[in-house]
Amino acid sequence: MTVKYTEDHEWLKLEGDIATVGITVHAQDALGDVVFVELPEVGTTLAQKDTAGVVESVKAAADVYMPVSGEITEVNEALRDDPSLANSDPLGAGWFFKVKLSDPSQLDALMDETSYTAFSEKV
Amino acid sequence: MSLESSATPAPLLKTPLNDLHVELGARMVPFAGYSMPVQYPAGLMAEHLHTRSAAGLFDVSHMGQLRLVGPDAAAAFESLMPVDVIDLAPGRQRYGLLLNDEGGIIDDLMFFNRDHANGGDIFVIVNGACKAGDIAHIQAKIGQRCEVIPMPEMALLALQGPQAVTALQRLAPGVEQLVFMTGGRFTVAGCDCFLTRSGYTGEDGFEISVDASQADALARALLAQPEVKPVGLGARNSLRLEAGLCLYGNDIDTTTTPVEASLNWAIQKVRRTGGARAGGFPGADKILAQLDNPASLTRKRVGLKALERIPVRDHTALHGTDGTPIGEVTSGLLGPTINQPVAMGYVQPEFAAIGTRVNAMVRGKPVPMEVTAMPFVPTRYHRG
Repeated sequence: MTVKYTEDHEWLKLEGDIATVGITVHAQDALGDVVFVELPEVGTTLAQKDTAGVVESVKAAADVYMPVSGEITEVNEALRDDPSLANSDPLGAGWFFKVKLSDPSQLDALMDETSYTAFSEKV
Repeated sequence: MSLESSATPAPLLKTPLNDLHVELGARMVPFAGYSMPVQYPAGLMAEHLHTRSAAGLFDVSHMGQLRLVGPDAAAAFESLMPVDVIDLAPGRQRYGLLLNDEGGIIDDLMFFNRDHANGGDIFVIVNGACKAGDIAHIQAKIGQRCEVIPMPEMALLALQGPQAVTALQRLAPGVEQLVFMTGGRFTVAGCDCFLTRSGYTGEDGFEISVDASQADALARALLAQPEVKPVGLGARNSLRLEAGLCLYGNDIDTTTTPVEASLNWAIQKVRRTGGARAGGFPGADKILAQLDNPASLTRKRVGLKALERIPVRDHTALHGTDGTPIGEVTSGLLGPTINQPVAMGYVQPEFAAIGTRVNAMVRGKPVPMEVTAMPFVPTRYHRG
């Protein structure tokens, strides 16, 4: 299973032409306790880098961007009810939304885990 | 998502507890020119809730401490504030406001009457970011009437929470007899301290002034108590907001008067129109006119609760339900204790009544809020 990372600290896990998207361990650590998430609407089509949602900690708010272009097929309702899942299990139960890719070639420009780890240690 | 960079080229001052903060794994951030702990590994939420249920230890050594000494100190200090300084009994503390000539707030502060045998001795604690300006202002205005003695050699700790007294009295028997806004000299774990039963979290607790050389030993002795955990500035902010207390620079500044800021309670009757020592402070004409005729106000600080679970942050615009701009949020977050978004901000006076519905414009969308009495969480000061 392919996992890719963006410079904006989102991760993306590909299964077929559907990608699950969330924020990275580094991102949730930098934000601190997540208290609120705003998720996109299922059925909307967004371009790469569009704002797909908002994650708020007690101290700050940050936009969540689309790592790739596509249609939102599902959002994590459990995260809406318990935003702390983004802290406790950012790569699992704390996922944000699923997107049906419209341009799989966009994946090529994203980072793999090794590159992202090196990148996040610098920022 | 984008994460802000905390990189800063400016050299930062360190408090005497800096090594301890690093040892405890604190995340350090620039604040008021100092490197300060914003949170420890437990995280802001856990630190906030621990302070509400047990006892949190805060390093507030960045704040300014000074003494005003001499027989005329109280009268001189009273000439700078709309506050009753002269009648404050020995052994008691009070909240004060330094004003400029337009009645704007230069800083808010706490002062204590130490009842020194040789005449007046007033101990003052001011905000860290304001301390250099405050000391210069006080020196320039009343330095000829009393000695103005900055105390940069002193550290300041705050121990806050319902179990603060249990922890502290183990190290300093007798502190349990103090009531809110009183204090005195105590030996705490072998350290010579001046402490007051007060704080800025809405909880019972103490602020402890100690020589910098003893601060580390004192902090470690307090942290060794089972009730006590370290708490950073992040939780200090969420605690004070839930308690309805203003943060200087956010909720009050030189452009706001005490009346606009709904701090009328800090202006005692003796300084108001008809009082024995009415006026005589900077901006008195304007402030007394605002007190005497509230209808003349153009804005007023209020508490706000969001009716949806969406945090409403500093600088969010406030609109009437018809879409008209009516003010701005000056502090806002999700209150960890009540698990609901709370805020304070300024609105036009006709929107200031408790229960008024307004809209906060969050990312372009209206979030309904209701004007609410403060504090948002009941205070638990020990009044005896």
